[in-house]
Amino acid sequence: MESFGSFRRKFAPWNDPAAKPYITFEKVTKIFGDFTAVDDLSLDVFNREFFALLGASGCGKTTLMRMLAGFEEPTSGRILLDGQDLRGIPPYRRPVNMMFQSYALFPHMTVEGNIAFGLKQDGMAKSEIDARVGEMLKLVKLEKFAKRKPHQLSGGQRQRVALARAVAKRPKVLLLDEPLGALDKKLREETQFELMDLQVKLGLTFMVVTHDQEEAMTMADRIAVMDHGRIMQVATPAEVYEAPASKFVADFIGNVNILDGTVEKVANGEAEITAAAQGLTIRAETGKALAPGQKVWFAVRPEKIRINREKPQDASFNAVEGELWDIAYFGDMTVFHVRLDNGTLIKAASLNAVRKTENPLTYDERVWVSFDTDAGLVLTA
Amino acid sequence: MQKLIAAIAGRLVIIVPYLWLLILFLIPFFIVFKISLSQTAIAIPPYTPVFNLADGIAANWDKLKELSFANYLWLLDDPLYYKAYLSSFFIAAVSTVLTLLIAYPLSLGMARAPLTLRPTLLMLVILPFWTSFLIRVYAWIAILKPEGLLNQFLMWAHVIDTPLNILNTNTAVFIGIVYSYLPFMVLPIYSALEKMDHSLIEAAQDLGSPPFAAFWKITFPLSIPGVIAGCFLVFIPAMGEFVIPDLLGGSQTLMIGKTLWSEFFSNRDWPVSSAVAVVLLVILIVPIVLFQRAQARAQEEGR
Repeated sequence: MESFGSFRRKFAPWNDPAAKPYITFEKVTKIFGDFTAVDDLSLDVFNREFFALLGASGCGKTTLMRMLAGFEEPTSGRILLDGQDLRGIPPYRRPVNMMFQSYALFPHMTVEGNIAFGLKQDGMAKSEIDARVGEMLKLVKLEKFAKRKPHQLSGGQRQRVALARAVAKRPKVLLLDEPLGALDKKLREETQFELMDLQVKLGLTFMVVTHDQEEAMTMADRIAVMDHGRIMQVATPAEVYEAPASKFVADFIGNVNILDGTVEKVANGEAEITAAAQGLTIRAETGKALAPGQKVWFAVRPEKIRINREKPQDASFNAVEGELWDIAYFGDMTVFHVRLDNGTLIKAASLNAVRKTENPLTYDERVWVSFDTDAGLVLTA
Repeated sequence: MQKLIAAIAGRLVIIVPYLWLLILFLIPFFIVFKISLSQTAIAIPPYTPVFNLADGIAANWDKLKELSFANYLWLLDDPLYYKAYLSSFFIAAVSTVLTLLIAYPLSLGMARAPLTLRPTLLMLVILPFWTSFLIRVYAWIAILKPEGLLNQFLMWAHVIDTPLNILNTNTAVFIGIVYSYLPFMVLPIYSALEKMDHSLIEAAQDLGSPPFAAFWKITFPLSIPGVIAGCFLVFIPAMGEFVIPDLLGGSQTLMIGKTLWSEFFSNRDWPVSSAVAVVLLVILIVPIVLFQRAQARAQEEGR
């Protein structure tokens, strides 16, 4: 079986049956009026994990996070943190801190005041507070801005104050609600790595809610893909991308070509699928138990499809001819939209590894798209 | 050419508010000020005119020398006046505090009410303005008098045996002012609370503040500009209030507005009553300037 491990070497407690989960959602349901925000959801998150809840708006990810923070109580089910049932514990007594999407910095307090706020609430000694605030300011590189008020800071600086304030109390879990949503692209990329760095440095468990898959893929050890209050898949970013559990996940994460088909033959772990509407036969390696006649989907990522003027020599490849319909140039790569003779559009991406191409592909050319038998995935759900 | 027109048009726009101030504030003020420097006379109008353009410059220059601040000295001489100022200040201050105490929870409740309900609540606060102020104050007489609604109710409920004597006391004046000026306190506080980001409260709770502490450390400080605005909007008109102390207050209720009125209409001493008015204005300018400063600061803070 192929493996798509965590990139943090050796950190994979979810594969260790003896590992005790740090946060457990146990059959949690949350209903608002007649709207079910979270639907019978169970999830384990481990200590020191960087965990991402990914989904479109309204999928229940924020509600799930707010239940952990204590702003909402589950309608049924329970949430355990480090073995403790959180039911009935108000937000101000939970060892969990949150970085709000709007940052929610107190406008009438200085940067220092904001960071010290939580510590003062705990009745920490003044000298200790000062030391901790200094440490936090250093951590987020805002020493020079200690006396400023939030409105005198840039968006990126505010984000860092919010972060410092949320980690100052050394919570057991740091919740981050769309932490990079308000930053521009360049700053977002830098901050992603800063966050990851910080998480390892502080040794905290991070739980981030985001609708930005790139953000989730870059930062998280594991991602939970959510839809309609349910978890569709929990896996490492590589697994979610390369081995999506369902058509929904395959479609939600990244770019993908999905073809409807019917299983023709199954032999030696290889299925022959007729993509019904397309009049196309695909051979695909699969570990799944399939039966002839079964309706399936075949999913293949654009970057795993090759595009050539000539038919590929390797007979084991799936190959089909079409017309080059559209070209989307991204600089680092180009995505070609090939229109098969039956009208189906197939996306194929190719890396622009050289600066100059003698004879580039152009619109309306006849081309062959081809992919290996293990390039795609047969999905039954 | 077009630029010139635009420039002139721009100036004109600024001129409008200045004209407004000039016509409706400065000119009346100078007329009152002029009267305050003149002498009483049995005439129509009942004072000796200070200036008369028909007399020529020399004659008016002589009159300028005759101007006296005798009326102002008179105000200092007679304890009635400074007592009235002090009493007005006291009544206005107490009423302002009482209004604040009632308006703050009211505004907080409104700001925390469901979004769909807020316009209705706001409407209810403004609704009394649809009836004449005078009629509403008269209505309080019917409520507060010894055989009035309040006493009838309290006796019916066996809370009291003999009617409370509220009408024609300072208490009635407080009730009247609090009732009449409540919307002026509610609206600025509500608008300050309403625009507050609720996630600030959640953040405070998340960082370990129980709800009450979160209120004192976050909600209240952020609503202070609204509180200051409301206090001035109540205090300034309450200080010069005439109708409420006249209708609800008793003989011992001393307020400068009432003094001014009786000076003007009963004694027909326009110069002295003008001096009373000018002094009242000077006294009120101090809080108004403070109010302006507070507003400017709030705006600078960008919140």
